[in-house]
Amino acid sequence: MTDEQKTTGTPGSEHWSTISRRGWVKALISIPVLGVFFYNYFRKRAADEAKRQAVMSELGVAESGPAIIANAVSQPPSRRIRVGIIGYGGEGESLVRHAGFAAPDWIEQARKNVAENPRDKQLETYLGQDDLNIALTAVCDVFDVRAERAIAASRIDVRPGGGGANPPAKRYRRYTDLLESGDVDAVIIATPDHWHSRMTVDAANAGIHVYCEKCMTRTEDEAHAVHRAVKDTGIVFQLGHQNRQSEAHNKAREVIAANILGPITLVESTTNRNSPWGAWVWDIHEQGNPQTIDWDQFEGPAPNKVPFSLERFFRWRCWFDYGTGLSGDLLSHEYDGVNQILQLGIPASCVASGGIYYFKDGRDVPDTFQAVYEYPDRDLTFVYSATLANGRDRGLVFMGHDASMQVGGSLSVQADYESTRYEQKIKDGLIDPSQAMFTYRPGFKGIDAVTSATERYFASRGLLYTYRGGRRMSAYHLLIAEWLDVIRNGGETSCNVDRGFEEAITCHMATRSYREHRRVTWDPATRRIV
Amino acid sequence: MHGTAKPYTGLQLGALVTLRLLIGWHFFYEGLAKLVNPYWTSAEYIDQASWLFSGVFKSIAASPGAVTFVDALNVWGLMAIGLGLIVGLLTRAATASGLVVLLLYYIVAPPFVALAYAMPTEGSYLVVNKVLIEAAAMFVLLVFPTGRLVGLDGLVFRKRQAGDAPAPAQA
Repeated sequence: MTDEQKTTGTPGSEHWSTISRRGWVKALISIPVLGVFFYNYFRKRAADEAKRQAVMSELGVAESGPAIIANAVSQPPSRRIRVGIIGYGGEGESLVRHAGFAAPDWIEQARKNVAENPRDKQLETYLGQDDLNIALTAVCDVFDVRAERAIAASRIDVRPGGGGANPPAKRYRRYTDLLESGDVDAVIIATPDHWHSRMTVDAANAGIHVYCEKCMTRTEDEAHAVHRAVKDTGIVFQLGHQNRQSEAHNKAREVIAANILGPITLVESTTNRNSPWGAWVWDIHEQGNPQTIDWDQFEGPAPNKVPFSLERFFRWRCWFDYGTGLSGDLLSHEYDGVNQILQLGIPASCVASGGIYYFKDGRDVPDTFQAVYEYPDRDLTFVYSATLANGRDRGLVFMGHDASMQVGGSLSVQADYESTRYEQKIKDGLIDPSQAMFTYRPGFKGIDAVTSATERYFASRGLLYTYRGGRRMSAYHLLIAEWLDVIRNGGETSCNVDRGFEEAITCHMATRSYREHRRVTWDPATRRIV
Repeated sequence: MHGTAKPYTGLQLGALVTLRLLIGWHFFYEGLAKLVNPYWTSAEYIDQASWLFSGVFKSIAASPGAVTFVDALNVWGLMAIGLGLIVGLLTRAATASGLVVLLLYYIVAPPFVALAYAMPTEGSYLVVNKVLIEAAAMFVLLVFPTGRLVGLDGLVFRKRQAGDAPAPAQA
C-alpha cells in the first residue's frame, strides 16, 4: 500500500486519475486470469458439446426431458365412480390407499414414521395424490379383521386433495353379492390368483369394470376365459403392472424405437430378494382362526382342498394351489416390463427350471427359478433368472450388437466395444464404451427413503413410484387413475386384457415347463400351450 | 493493513497470490460446472453424512425444497467465492466464506476410521483429505491477505478511504 500512499492525491479526492500506473496494474493484474479461464472453459464447452451433438444426432433421441407419457388423468374426473374392493390383504390395502383411502392405523403409523424420520415420504405421497372422485362403497374379504379395516378406510377423513370423508362401505360376505348389489361401477380384485379369473368373468358379465392384480390368472384356461369375457362385454380392464407408468420404462421405449442398441439378441431380467418377507413368509395375523376366516370361500376354485391352514391363508403365494410362485408374482412384472418396451408378445417356446433350495418350509413353489424364452421371429432370447435367497441387484438388461441398455428406476445405455455402428465414433474418442453414453434419470433432485428390502427391490424396478414433472408419484396411483380415466372418458388402458393375456400365457408357459420338466411351446394357430 | 512497511517480500506475495488464484479458479469452475449440469445435485453428497449434524444433513437431502435451495447456494456461492479470489474483490469475505464452505463439505463426509461412504473417492484418505487441505490453504489466505495488494480491493478500499478520511488511511 505504500506505493499507493505515495501517489494518493489530496485528501478527499475521488479521482481515479490519482491512482498510479503501478496501482492500476496491481489492482487489475489478476483479471487476465479470468480471460484464460473463460478461454479454456469455452474450448471445453465447445468440445463437449460437439461430442454430445455427434452422439445425440447419431442416436436420434432426446437426452433430457421426460419421456412422453400421457397424463394419467387426462381430463378432470367428472363422474363419481363407486368402487368395490375384493381382497383387502397387503396388495388390496395398498391399491385402495393409492386410490385415496388409507386405513386409519396406516395414517397413524405413517405420521409416526415421518416424525421419526423426516425422509419418510409415504404420508406426503399419499396426501399429494390427486383426488380421483371415487367412493369406496363395497368390501369383500373372507377375513373379518381385514374387512373391518377396509370399511374403516372407506370412511377415512384424511384424504388426498382435501377430499372429505365418505359414508362407510358395505361389507359383503360373498363377492357375487357385491357384484349384484348395484352399489359398484368398478371393482379392484386383489385376491390370491386362483380367484382372479372367476371374479373378473363374473364382474364383466355384470358390466362392472375391473382392475385386477397380477398374475392375471392361475392357469391357461382361465386366461382364455378372462380374455373372452372382457372382450365380449367391453368392460374397462386394467392389469396391475405399475411399470406401465414408469418414466424410465417409457423412455426405454424411445431408445428402442430409435434403434440405438442395434439388433437385440438377449434380454436378461432378474429377481433378487433375500428376506423371508420377500419370499412370501408373511405375518400370520393373531386374530386369524376358523371363526374369523371363511376358509371354504378362500379355497374356492383351488384345485386341492385341504383342512384350514393359517400358513396357507396368510402365505398363499408359497403354494401352486393359489398362485404360481415366482412365475406369477415377479416374472410377470419383469415380462410385462420387457413386453412394454419391446412389444414381444407370447414367446414361441419356454424352458424353465429351479427348485426349493433355501426356504424348505413346506412350500411347493420354487424359491430359485430360471426361465428361458425363445422368440425366433424376433431373433432374440428372453431370460428370467431369480433367487429369493440373495439380494444382489442384477437389474434388467437389453443386449444389442451396438449397445446395452439397463432399465430400472433410471436408464443407461452403454456402447459395445465391438459395435459396428459406433466403431468410428469409438475410434474417434467420441463414444467411450466403458461409460454410459446416454443416461436418463427421472425424478426430483433428492434422495428418497425406502424402508424395507422388498421396497428397495420394487423401487429399483420402478414399480414403487415414478415421477411426473419432477414430482414423486406412486406408480400404483397412476395406474388406477388411468383405469378410472378410461372408464370415464374412453380410450385404452396401458395394461389391457390383450397385454394381460400375453402376460398370463407367458408366465404359465414357465410354470408348465417347470412342473412338467419339459420344454413347452406356444401354438399360435390354436392359441394353446403345447 | 500491515503497517506502512511492505507486508511481504515479492516472492511471498507471489506465492500467496498464486495460491489464491488457483483456489479461486477451482471454486469458480466447480460452481460453473454444476450450473451447466442439469443433473447435478448436492443431495447424494449431503445424504452420505454420517458424522456431526448428520440428521440435519440427511433431512435436507430428503426435502426437494431444501435441496433446491442448497444447490443454488452451492452453485452461486462457489462462483462468487471463486470470482472474488481471482480478481481480488471482497477477498476477505470470499476467503472466509470459502473456508466455511470447505469445512461444511468436510464435516459431511470426513474420512474417519469406521465411517464408510457410498460415493467413491479418487484417492486414499485417512482423516486428511483434499477438502481439508484446501480448507487449510484457505485459512492461510485468510491470515495472509493479498486482496488489497494485488486485486480490485486495492482500488475499492483505497477509494473509500480516500473519500472518507485523510491519508494516511492504511493501517
